[in-house]
Amino acid sequence: MSDPSIQATASRYTVADRAPRKVSTVLLRWESILVMMLAAVIIGNTLKSPYFLDPFNLADATYNFSEKAIMALIMALLILVREIDLSVAAIVALSSLAIGYMGVAGYGPFALIVTGLAVGLLCGAFNGFLVTRSGVPSIVITIGTMSLYRGIAQVSLGDQALTAYPQRYLDLGQSYLLDWPPTPLSFFLFLVLAVCFAVFLHKTAAGRQLFAIGANPVAARFSGIRVDRIRLILFTISGLLAGLGAVLLTARIGVMRPNIALGWELDIITMVILGGVAISGGVGTIGGVVLAVFVLGLATFGLALMNVPGIVINVLLGLLLIISIAAPIIIRGQSGRR
Amino acid sequence: MTLEELAAVTTSQPVLSLSHVSKSFPGVRALHDVSFALYPGQVTALIGENGAGKSTIVKILTGIYVPDEGHINVGGKVQHFSSPRDSWAAGIAAIHQETVMFDELSVAENIFMGHMPGGRLIDWRETKSRARELLARIEADFDADAPLKTLSVAQKHMVEITRALSHDASVIIMDEPTAALSRHEIDELFRIVAQLKAEGRSIIFISHKFDEIFRLSDRWVCLRDGEKVGEGMTSDVSEPDLVRLMVGRPIDQVFPKRDIPIGDTILEVKGLTNATEFADISFTLRKGEILGLYGLVGAGRSEVMQCVFGMSQATRGTVMMEGKALTIHEPIDAIRAGISYVPEDRQDQGAFLPLGIRENITMASLAGHVKSFLLSGASERTATHALGGRLSVKAAHWEQVLGELSGGNQQKVVIAKWLATKPKIIILDEPTKGIDVGSKAAVHDFIGELAEEGLAVILVSSELPEIMGLSDRVIVMHEGRIAAQFERGKGTGAAAWSAEAIVAAATGGPLQEHAA
Repeated sequence: MSDPSIQATASRYTVADRAPRKVSTVLLRWESILVMMLAAVIIGNTLKSPYFLDPFNLADATYNFSEKAIMALIMALLILVREIDLSVAAIVALSSLAIGYMGVAGYGPFALIVTGLAVGLLCGAFNGFLVTRSGVPSIVITIGTMSLYRGIAQVSLGDQALTAYPQRYLDLGQSYLLDWPPTPLSFFLFLVLAVCFAVFLHKTAAGRQLFAIGANPVAARFSGIRVDRIRLILFTISGLLAGLGAVLLTARIGVMRPNIALGWELDIITMVILGGVAISGGVGTIGGVVLAVFVLGLATFGLALMNVPGIVINVLLGLLLIISIAAPIIIRGQSGRR
Repeated sequence: MTLEELAAVTTSQPVLSLSHVSKSFPGVRALHDVSFALYPGQVTALIGENGAGKSTIVKILTGIYVPDEGHINVGGKVQHFSSPRDSWAAGIAAIHQETVMFDELSVAENIFMGHMPGGRLIDWRETKSRARELLARIEADFDADAPLKTLSVAQKHMVEITRALSHDASVIIMDEPTAALSRHEIDELFRIVAQLKAEGRSIIFISHKFDEIFRLSDRWVCLRDGEKVGEGMTSDVSEPDLVRLMVGRPIDQVFPKRDIPIGDTILEVKGLTNATEFADISFTLRKGEILGLYGLVGAGRSEVMQCVFGMSQATRGTVMMEGKALTIHEPIDAIRAGISYVPEDRQDQGAFLPLGIRENITMASLAGHVKSFLLSGASERTATHALGGRLSVKAAHWEQVLGELSGGNQQKVVIAKWLATKPKIIILDEPTKGIDVGSKAAVHDFIGELAEEGLAVILVSSELPEIMGLSDRVIVMHEGRIAAQFERGKGTGAAAWSAEAIVAAATGGPLQEHAA
C-alpha cells in the first residue's frame, strides 16, 4: 500500500511557498505598530524627563506591571480561544487572603507561596469546571465567581488588614533578584514565562490547536482537538498565575486588604487587546502582548514621572486602547475594500 | 450561434448589462474583461467551475465588491454600487447560497428588514398585511408571523424570494438555491421561478446541476478562470459542450468503476443505537471497498457516521476495527485508530478561515510534524505541498489565509486535512455537494484512488448516480434504520442493484410509487 498523502500528482496551479515580502505588509503588522509606539514612548519620556532612562528607576517601574503582565500571558491564550476570565483579580484577593492567614499563623515563606499558588489553582479549576460543564459563556461564569471570590475575602476580613509576614517572604517582593542589571523577581518571572508562553503558542502542536479552537470551535472538535479539556487547563493555569500574582503582590506591599488588586482584570485585558489578540478569537501573538505590556507600563511610568495624576493617566490609556482597536480596522478598511 | 444571431433572438432591451468588468485580489485575478447582458423574462444560467468567478460576479452585482474596471448598466444607465443598498435600489436582489437572515425574527420582519413600512415608527399592521400579500403571491404555506427559525431551508428561500419581490426587484440572483432542498421543494422553487419569469423579471441562476440548468434556463453564460468563455441559448447547446467549455477539456462523466481486489474486514459495526436519531445499525466494511450510504435528508446517515467518529455517543452497540473492539469517546480516538470523517458542512465543521492553508491542512495531524517537542515548519510544508498539489488547490501561496480562497478551494483544503491523517478508513459525507463538474470528476477519481491504495471508504451521498457509480455495496437508511442492502450487480426484484429499488428502499414505500 503506498502512502496516499505523499503521492503528489502535478497540480494545475503554481502556488508560492509564502507571501511575497512587501515593506507595506511588514510595516502594517500589528507588532510593527507596537514597536513604533514603544519607541515613541521611550523617546518622548527621555526627552521630557532626565530620570526616565535610569536603570534603577526603570527596574522600579517594572514592579507596577509585572504581576499583571504575568497574568496577561494566560489571559491572551484564553481570549485567543474565545474565552475570558474576569475573576483573576478576585482570585488574587482570595489567594492573598490565604497567604495572609498563613502568615498570621506563623508559617514560613515556602508554605505561604504554596498556599497562594494552591488557592489560585483551585479557583481557576473551579472556573474551568463550571465553564466546560455548564456550557454557559465564560464571561457570565467569571463575573459570578469574581463576586464570589472577592466576596469571601471581604466577608472574612471586613475593614481589617493582614500584615504579619516573615521577612524572608517580604524580601521576595522587595529586593532585586539580580543586582546588575537591577532585576526584580516579578519582572524576571514575567520574562521567563513570556518566553515559555511564546514557544508553547507558536512552536508546539498544542499551541497551534488553540488557534484552531479560536478560529472555529466546531471544526476544532471535528479535527480531534479536545476542546473542553484544553479550556479547563487554560482556566486552571489562569487561576495558578493569579495565585502567583498574589504571592508577588502580597510580598511587595506587605499587607492584605479586601480591595487588593481591585480592577486589575481590566488592566490585564487592556494589555491583551492592545497586544493585538482578537476578541473574536483565533488571532494573536505573545510577542504582541509583551510589547503592549511595555508600551502601557512605560507610558504609565513616564506620565507618573511628569506628575500627571493617576486618573488622567487612566483617561489617556483608555484613549490609547480605543485608538489601537479602531486604527487597524480603519487602515484595513481603506487599503483593501473587497 | 453568433452574438448577432443571439441579439436577434432576444428582441427586447437588456435589463442589466456588465461591460468589460475586471476584478483582482492580492495574487488572484478573479475576473477579467467579462461582459454579458440579462433580458427581461429570461433565466440566465451562470456556469463555471468553483473559483471561475461566479461568486465574484454576484458580489459585484450586489454591491459587496467594487469592480476594478468596467461598469454595470441597469435600465440604460451606468450604475456604481458602493454598498448593497445601492444594488437593492437599482432592483437587484440575491438569494444566497447560505441564507443570511435573522433567525429570531418573524417572517414579515425578515422580508421588510431595512425598509419597514411606516415612518419613524414601524406600521406593523401594514408590514404584516403586505407580507401576507407577497407570500400569497408565491403561494407560500407559512404565515408572516412565524418565527424564521421554525422554517425549513426551502421555506427560508421563499422568504428571500418574497424579500426580493418586496423590493420589486427586476433582477433576482439565485446562487445554488437547490443545494439543500428535497426533490419536492425543488419543484416548488421552479414553479416560483416560472412565475417570476412570467412577470418579466430577469433571473440569474447558478447551479452545478446540469439537469436543473437545462430544465430552467433560457440562456447561459460560461466562465473559466475569471474570463467569459462562451454564451448562448440553452436550447442550442448540449451538456458535453458546456462541460468542455467550463473545464477547458473533455470530462468523462461516466463513473470509471475500478477493479479493486477487496480485502479483509476492517470495520464491523453491530447494533449501534442512539436514543433519538438511529437504531440498530449493523454493517461491515472491508479493505479496498467503497461502501455507499444512501438515504433521504434526515434519514440519520450523518448521525451514524459522526457517532462512529466519536462526535456523539451511542447508547448501545459495538464498533470493532481489525478484530479489536474500539472505545471511541472523542474524535481523537477515532483519528488515532485510523478513521477520518470529512463532514458535510465543510465550512462550519471543517474550515479554520482566519488561519493559513498550511495550518489548516496539518491541523488534524500535528503529532506527525513534531520534532523534539516543537513543530517542524519544513515537515508541515512538505505535507502541504504534496496534498495541496494533489487536490489542485488554487491559491497565491501556501500561507494564504483560508478565508481568502474561493469556496471550492476551501473544500479542497478541508479534504486535504483529512487525508493528512493517513487514515485506514475514510468517511466522506456528501463529498461532491456544491462542487463543479470538473472538481466532481476529480473527487470521484480520487475516491477510486483511495480505495486502490487499500483504504476502506464509506461514501455518504444523496446523489444516486454517484452512489451507484462508485460503490461496491450500498446500504440504504430510512428513518434512522437500515432499510436495505444492495450489492453491485446482484439480487433480483426489490433487492436488485437498480436505481428504482434503491430509491424505493430510501423512501420506505413500494416500488411503483417511485417510478416517476
